[in-house]
Amino acid sequence: MAEMLSLSDAIAELVSDGDSVALEGFTHLIPFAAGHEIIRQGRRDLELIRMTPDLLYDQMIGMGIVRRLVFSYGGNPGVGGLHRFRDAIEHDWPRAVEIEEHSHAGMANRYAAGAAGLPCAVMRGYVGTDLMSHTTVAPITCPFTGERLTAVPALNPDVAIVHAQEADRDGNVQLWGIPGVQKEAVLASQRSLVTVERIVDELEPRPGGIVIPGWVITAVAEAPGGSRPSYSLGITDRDNDFYKFWDKMSRDRDQFTAWMNENVLGLANR
Amino acid sequence: MSVATREVTAGETQTIVAARRLRDTKTVFIGVGRPSTAAILARMVHNPELILVYESGTIGAKPFHIPLSIGDGELAQTADSIVSVPEMFNYWIGAGRIDVAFLGAAQIDKHANLNSTVIGEYEHPKTRLPGAGGAPEIAASCGEVIVIAPHAKRTFVEQLDFITTVGHGDGPGSRERLGFRGRGPTAVITDLGVLEPDPETCELVLTEIHPGVEVDKVREETGWDLKVADDLRTTEPPTDEELSALRELLDR
Repeated sequence: MAEMLSLSDAIAELVSDGDSVALEGFTHLIPFAAGHEIIRQGRRDLELIRMTPDLLYDQMIGMGIVRRLVFSYGGNPGVGGLHRFRDAIEHDWPRAVEIEEHSHAGMANRYAAGAAGLPCAVMRGYVGTDLMSHTTVAPITCPFTGERLTAVPALNPDVAIVHAQEADRDGNVQLWGIPGVQKEAVLASQRSLVTVERIVDELEPRPGGIVIPGWVITAVAEAPGGSRPSYSLGITDRDNDFYKFWDKMSRDRDQFTAWMNENVLGLANR
Repeated sequence: MSVATREVTAGETQTIVAARRLRDTKTVFIGVGRPSTAAILARMVHNPELILVYESGTIGAKPFHIPLSIGDGELAQTADSIVSVPEMFNYWIGAGRIDVAFLGAAQIDKHANLNSTVIGEYEHPKTRLPGAGGAPEIAASCGEVIVIAPHAKRTFVEQLDFITTVGHGDGPGSRERLGFRGRGPTAVITDLGVLEPDPETCELVLTEIHPGVEVDKVREETGWDLKVADDLRTTEPPTDEELSALRELLDR
């Protein structure tokens, strides 16, 4: 059964300097509160893995705690670019970040292989692109048909962190709405933390609900509003205005730093 | 002045022309921005049965508002089915279940290959762009691709800085050699006109020009020696119905 911890205890216990950490959530259910707690606790030299770095990784990169980034789309969805991500790659500010980039299909298959305990996944993709020579994929031939396909290596992060709507007191978790790759990320990782909007006595079945049993989760922490400015369907709304605000504010290093000091470092943990 | 009599902008024409392409389409895969607006408009005006599929895993979404992100709550709440990202790419896109995909790019070349990764060198880019996202596999496996891009010299380039997504590769036979099953780009819709690949050479040719645009202007904004179709058409101007619907949608 998952351990029921406070968010600060969970981060202290699960995330160490230098770890590879996947905070997942595809536009929906992004674990902002957990990411902020990692920043507050001063973790450093992290390898961050995430299909869409989004504002959360923009913040973590801008705070200088990221050594390496594995991703497939580093944009502010529907708004534009990620300025801290760009500044780190273009100007090494506040430090150089090594990157490994993939396509979405590649990342999704890498997580699925990791969840299945396979060394790689086989897919159609990457061929003909310049990505092929800048990332870790390899051609493979189907032994049955002879078709040329692409193999992508499994992803097995040290820690997966995802956000969900609910958990029960045994740490069984239910999420609904856009499911992203959260289940795959949890099952692919050595350790996992699920932050939830609320803890309930009993999980009520939801249409399209995905239940992750507590016995494959390391820890569950309550973090109401923990996906803001992303959202938790049915409980909080996506703060689209914040995504637009971020585009303007985060262009400037000093403004960014001041904002993080005031709104992340300056807040007590939840 | 009624909504439909205000002067038509180039962006409105571009969106309306993209929407018309979906008249007989069953399923369309869309990102946010103008493609999403065009697809929602197509459902309103031309094709109420059109199935919208967003990368976030929402299949059959029926948004009333234009979403900001591909994962907005309204898409999930109105979808026929919501699937995980691995399922979206393996069972739906990879398996070739989507008829038309709309894609954008920062750079496009004459064979409709796309760059959304970097401007400049990969290791030390002048501008780091968001990256591939779903585009490479979407372009390989969807039935056809329609590219929507602003017509400017810095976008329509002789040589891509990085091939993120293969359109027609080096020309005829490229897609077959790479094992792609979709037909690839069939049109590039810009704010100046429409480019379509020549059936023999796969090179983009200007086949349609929007009302009031001069061919010289299109040539000037294209970074290669643009060929113009012998039977160049002028885009049918937006109808009152299309314009009213688009403006009403944008005002929601």
